[in-house]
Amino acid sequence: MTEQLVAGLYREGAPVRDTKAPAGPIESRWSKRRFDARLVNPANRRKLSVIIVGTGLAGASAGATLGEAGYRVKSFCYQDSPRRAHSIAAQGGINAAKNYRNDNDSTYRLFYDTVKGGDFRARESNVYRLAEVSANIIDQCVAQGVPFAREYGGLLDNRSFGGVQVSRTFYARGQTGQQLLIGAYQALERQVAAGTVEMFTRHEMLELVVVDGRARGVIVRDMVTGEIETHLADAVVLATGGYGNVFFLSTNAMGSNTTAIWRAHRKGALFGNPCFTQIHPTCIPVSGAHQSKLTLMSESLRNDGRIWVPKAGGDTRHPREIPEAERDYYLERIYPAFGNLVPRDIASRAAKNVCDEGRGVGPEVEGVRRGVYLDFADAIKRLGLEAVRSKYGNLFDMYQRITGENPYEVPMRIYPAVHYTMGGLWVDYDLQSTIPGLFVTGEANFSDHGANRLGASALMQGLADGYFVLPNTINDYLADGPFATVGEDHPAVAEAAANVQSRVQTFLGLQGSRSVDSFHKELGQIMWEYCGMERTEEGLRTAVEKIRALRDQFWTDVRVLGEAEELNQSLEKAGRVADFFELAELMCIDALHRRESCGGHFRAESQTEDGEALRHDDEFAYVAAWEWGGMVGAPPVLHKENLVYEHVEMKQRSYK
Amino acid sequence: MRITLKVWRQKNAATPGRMVDYRLDDVSEDMSFLEMLDVLNESLIAAGEEPVAFDHDCREGICGMCGVMIDGVAHGPEMTTTCQLHMRSFSDGDTITVEPWRADPFPVIKDLVVNRGAFDRIIAAGGYISANTGAAPDAHAMPVPKADADRAFEAAACISCGACVAACPNGSAMLFTAAKVTHLGSLPQGQPERDDRVVNMLHQHDVEGFGGCTNIGECTAVCPVGIPLDTISQLNFDLRHALGRGH
Ligand SMILES: Cc1cc2nc3c(=O)[nH]c(=O)nc-3n(C[C@H](O)[C@H](O)[C@H](O)COP(=O)(O)OP(=O)(O)OC[C@H]3O[C@@H](n4cnc5c(N)ncnc54)[C@H](O)[C@@H]3O)c2cc1C
Ligand code: SF4
Ligand code: FES
Repeated sequence: MTEQLVAGLYREGAPVRDTKAPAGPIESRWSKRRFDARLVNPANRRKLSVIIVGTGLAGASAGATLGEAGYRVKSFCYQDSPRRAHSIAAQGGINAAKNYRNDNDSTYRLFYDTVKGGDFRARESNVYRLAEVSANIIDQCVAQGVPFAREYGGLLDNRSFGGVQVSRTFYARGQTGQQLLIGAYQALERQVAAGTVEMFTRHEMLELVVVDGRARGVIVRDMVTGEIETHLADAVVLATGGYGNVFFLSTNAMGSNTTAIWRAHRKGALFGNPCFTQIHPTCIPVSGAHQSKLTLMSESLRNDGRIWVPKAGGDTRHPREIPEAERDYYLERIYPAFGNLVPRDIASRAAKNVCDEGRGVGPEVEGVRRGVYLDFADAIKRLGLEAVRSKYGNLFDMYQRITGENPYEVPMRIYPAVHYTMGGLWVDYDLQSTIPGLFVTGEANFSDHGANRLGASALMQGLADGYFVLPNTINDYLADGPFATVGEDHPAVAEAAANVQSRVQTFLGLQGSRSVDSFHKELGQIMWEYCGMERTEEGLRTAVEKIRALRDQFWTDVRVLGEAEELNQSLEKAGRVADFFELAELMCIDALHRRESCGGHFRAESQTEDGEALRHDDEFAYVAAWEWGGMVGAPPVLHKENLVYEHVEMKQRSYK
Repeated sequence: MRITLKVWRQKNAATPGRMVDYRLDDVSEDMSFLEMLDVLNESLIAAGEEPVAFDHDCREGICGMCGVMIDGVAHGPEMTTTCQLHMRSFSDGDTITVEPWRADPFPVIKDLVVNRGAFDRIIAAGGYISANTGAAPDAHAMPVPKADADRAFEAAACISCGACVAACPNGSAMLFTAAKVTHLGSLPQGQPERDDRVVNMLHQHDVEGFGGCTNIGECTAVCPVGIPLDTISQLNFDLRHALGRGH
């Protein structure tokens, strides 16, 4: 590690060690790894225990599968039922290379599209594996009774999604995430009944227990009684989802947080690519200061809806009174090959640009109209009202409920919003973090999506990790067992529990003047303004200053009422926001050090003449894996994992 | 808008609750019902009073976590979840009563938050298809007629919110249970366990203390996703069939 501060903010450390991906032809790497991974014989599995935090697609599928395999599993979530994990909100669909459409899809093409879509910042080996197991996911879910959309012949239907030219997306109306999660949840409950999985709902993980360098348990708070509990096991899996809520306004569920992975980061797990945030182009625009979250309109709408704004700025006529000749279907104009189906980062930035030009539509919020039309008039003419209703009816109803406008008659208004985080804890090919025994799956890890995530690929990754990858790689770790017994009185365990206790007491003792939410909103505004759709060197530096100042204020002036020994929602939020503050700083430092534009990270200083993102593969074709600096505000240490592309030629993306 | 709220406040399961009045002077009709409660809570915190606890997460009408009685109706006046109810459904000057779900198997935890763990236990009793991971046949190996798939989907849409229970004078969870029985029973994959499923789930339903169904229909009237009443007929049909086969 160099002692020298880089850019005044961070230090550089040694490159990341081996990722454990097997060498050899990419097609056989996963089977090779599975063959080489040691096995645990069924009789011994009962003696081994695994803690899984999170019951979304990644966690529930892993819990069900490991329980079925015979391990003793403890599963945790903060909601009142595992079935309510945020995965439930996914609308659009899940990709799989089945080639059911005979449109030349293949494992290789899904792999290719995903690497390219991720702007060459994902690992080839991981992505290939994801594409490889994608087909099994659909088989598994269908066997569980997931009611995917079907055609009259009884076979599964598909549609296409942003960024791709084949129809490989499986869906269940606009409720794909819900149906997939219910499938995984039911499989999990089956194991609960079988006694292999013990379920802890309304329990929030607040600390990771590391003993002798290995992850051995978690400290959780029973959110109903307030009791701080210690749970120990032979391995820990974090499947706790993304951290988009650092922006306060996002499409994430209100409780989505970074606490689990952040606490693990502080205990030594590297954090990969924190600044990569996906902005989703089709959300309902903000309507006012009371807004608590943003609602996504599935991007499947872009299959039939056409996006436009008036050609002239300040045109406030009713959209139906603006003649065709005075409309700018800007995506179709700039990107004729993909049109309205360009990837999310491109669609998002294009929307921002036309609004910045003063051509946005809808009500003025803080002096700018931030909205573009998503128009179904042509689709209704072409397909008929009924066909459009049967395809998108529930989304249209939802839009109408939220905005009070009828999208069958007036075009929808949409605007980009924070949606998904590609960063997360760094993991190797086995999904193991840099802390032995700590595995990370789903959105909580950084792998597979690179700098940008294509639609319908997060659900795929969550289930691939939980049903197929982790259950095959964790064995290799558990085969080291039996592990030394650790008791609750072990100093490392007792210390972790005591830290949690004292944090709770600190929050309740502060008796400041401002609510947790008011801090969270202010943090979110800083992040959106300086670390959102477009970032600059100067802006990011400003953001770091502002975050630090606000964080200091938070720790002296936050007001958390109520008691520790009962349900206390302010206390829960305070813990999450405290961790968001620390993460926010790291996100800005990561964004600052990456002086290139790629995927969800657009640096204004790095663009082509016509305003497209400009990557610098010679300098930045690596994963930025950050090590905790040792204390709040101390400079983090950057470790680079070089990315090598043997199968997909690194090209600047072009969707023109 | 100016709104008067009468909110159920209850410190915990062991302490009796009571209604408390609050006034809000600046409610916008674009707010969701929960955003209106956020605004109330901010003002309570400013005044040094503990905010009102209520359950919610997605705020998109899909996770099923939110849910309160609004003027005596589960999820309030529109056929939707509480988080998707907007203040434009109310008028300036309205007084609105807000209470938790009321049903013995859903004990109050605090204020508007209740424990719906009984639903998970009903699912664990058989609300699944036993398909181990890793050896599933190709998804196209078993075509499902579109009509069956649509019927399964319609029933699978249940978000497990518990409004049906709260609305039912008998405190029955029959609509919830029937939705699952119908979802899985409409698919070819669900046939092998169909008899066991209905018997075991209903048994658990009764063990949890939910009441019997007397076909009142209040459940479907408040169900935010429109689970149809005929799923209950399907459940009864399946039950008779299963019992007839000696289950
Ligand atoms: C509106 C919306 C639409 C989407 N649509 C699509 C789509 O069409 N296709 C697609 O592929 N992807 C989509 N996505 C993305 C996708 O849904 C998510 O990336 C994915 O579901 C994440 O799954 P997960 O299992 O990693 O985490 P989650 O589902 O977020 O689960 C997190 C789990 O961790 C638990 N948890 C978190 N922190 C703690 C803690 N500290 N202690 C205890 N438990 C904790 C939670 O209780 C929960 O059980 C969408 C996302 C949104 C928001
Ligand atoms: S049947 Fe309807 S009301 Fe009852 S739990 Fe399901 S969604 Fe809620
Ligand atoms: S908060 Fe999820 S359904 Fe209302």
